[in-house]
Amino acid sequence: MAVTATHVAPAPALDVERVRRDFPILERTVNGRPLVYLDSAASAQRPLAVLRAVERYETHCHANVHRGVHALSQAATDAYEGARERVRRFINAKSTREIIFTRGTTEGINLVAQAYARPRLGPGDEILITGLEHHANIVPWQMVRDQTGCTLKVAPIDRRGEVELDKFLAMLSPRTRLVAIAHVSNALGTVLPVKRMIDAAHAQGAVVLVDGAQAVPHSSVDVRALGCDFYAFSGHKLYGPTGIGVLYGREELLEAMPPWQGGGDMILTVSFEKTTYNELPWKFEAGTPNISGTIGLAAAMDYVESLGREAIAAHEQRLLEHATQELERMPGIEIIGTAHHKAAVLSFTLAGVHPHDLGTILDAEGVAIRTGHHCAMPVMTFFDIPATARASFGCYNTEAEVTRLAAALDKAREVFT
Amino acid sequence: MDLKELYRDVILDHNKRPRNFGRMEPCDAHAEGHNPLCGDRLTLYVRMKDDRIEDIRFEGKGCAISTASASLMTEAVKGKDRRTVNELYGRIHSLLTQQDAVPDASLGKLAALSGVREFPARVKCASLCWHTLSAALERSAAPVSTE
Ligand SMILES: Cc1ncc(COP(=O)(O)O)c(C=O)c1O
Repeated sequence: MAVTATHVAPAPALDVERVRRDFPILERTVNGRPLVYLDSAASAQRPLAVLRAVERYETHCHANVHRGVHALSQAATDAYEGARERVRRFINAKSTREIIFTRGTTEGINLVAQAYARPRLGPGDEILITGLEHHANIVPWQMVRDQTGCTLKVAPIDRRGEVELDKFLAMLSPRTRLVAIAHVSNALGTVLPVKRMIDAAHAQGAVVLVDGAQAVPHSSVDVRALGCDFYAFSGHKLYGPTGIGVLYGREELLEAMPPWQGGGDMILTVSFEKTTYNELPWKFEAGTPNISGTIGLAAAMDYVESLGREAIAAHEQRLLEHATQELERMPGIEIIGTAHHKAAVLSFTLAGVHPHDLGTILDAEGVAIRTGHHCAMPVMTFFDIPATARASFGCYNTEAEVTRLAAALDKAREVFT
Repeated sequence: MDLKELYRDVILDHNKRPRNFGRMEPCDAHAEGHNPLCGDRLTLYVRMKDDRIEDIRFEGKGCAISTASASLMTEAVKGKDRRTVNELYGRIHSLLTQQDAVPDASLGKLAALSGVREFPARVKCASLCWHTLSAALERSAAPVSTE
């Protein structure tokens, strides 16, 4: 039977109870209550499919990659390079030469800062970021600023937690050499209009890096449709392992960049006089990589696609709406981050109860949320608060868990009155 | 885990109405404490008379445990000499970290902090003010303190 390409069936709804069975950790109790895990934005839990893929690799295929003729080394190399192809498809990059494995988002951004920005920028040049960035998308640029004498500019956000787009656009100029922006804010949930921002930056000749750590788990990301030059994300927020991440870079840019770290795997030939560097992407992968991490990441991508990225996004949006309505009803709750377009992240404060106390009380109820500054201290400063409590949702969360969150918040208010 | 053990009435009361709260000017020394985990900040001011803390105040934003601990501390150390304060710090430290520590009567209201040890993530909140006090006292001991 032929199915025309234009006829796309609506995403089937997630069967959450079935999804939950894929995550063994969700069966455990915390402080005598069934765990309610609302901290996926910090790190998501792993499904059995990921754990098993890693186990299968470790028990059947492990050896070093690109190193030997023996069977295991070949199997490991195939698995590792197969994972790279899996990632390419996941974000629709043109070539696996554009997929560099890193430790995570942080390392990807630092790679671009040191290998792209540092050799090119100098006094008079500008880097533009926004007021809602994670420290991982601030500090590497401050380092480049201090190393090169370039200027670091910050486009402001408004009280809803949205980037003031007109100001962002006005701050772009031919001096802007690099723009580094979050796709989704981890502290506020704001989804940025990255496509517009990228186009405007390109019109001024700037190169754009997108920090996709919080976007990849909640939506389909197509780096070619976005047109970004670099895109960084982490495996552990996408139901994959920790210690593995991806930097996508456009081939022409990566090709022109010097290597970042030196060592094995990133070279073709070495003598004491001269070394020739390996081709892309290995030029940027010095040393033995996190092989099992890439296997787990590829399995996580398979898993996410088996559920359907649109289905996950729709499910999370329902939870976000439900939780927002519940919390808005509660006296003393203020939601921090009320952008029109948000991902499944809900930051809030409760009057008279410090977020840290809230975290402890909710934990006693078995509800895991994040409290603190979320590695976004400038966001906290902007809203003039020391910290927020943050509930974030993943494919395995349920409406009943939102109700447990609300009940635990009632309990917190009780303790403090 | 019993929340009532952590958030005892004394703690809730000192959180709501912290004693010795606010700036002190002039003072002999002040020090700032910062708990990067929760974003808590605390500034402590001391005025010394010879070897004794004549007056002490604090200000800042913090969680209930850190605010109450600072408030209780200021009440407990006012009028005490350095050696007594150091001893008290040692006993508070044991109280917060050792499972079997029994609060002795001399701790007075500070004994209310004993519930914190069941919540290891919160020990730093309770000890922040004491670290900060040590720093302030060290400064006040420096021969030329212009602060
Ligand atoms: C928006 C954003 N950027 C960057 C990071 C850093 O990711 P990682 O710690 O995995 O390198 C995070 C993770 O908290 C994030 O949420």
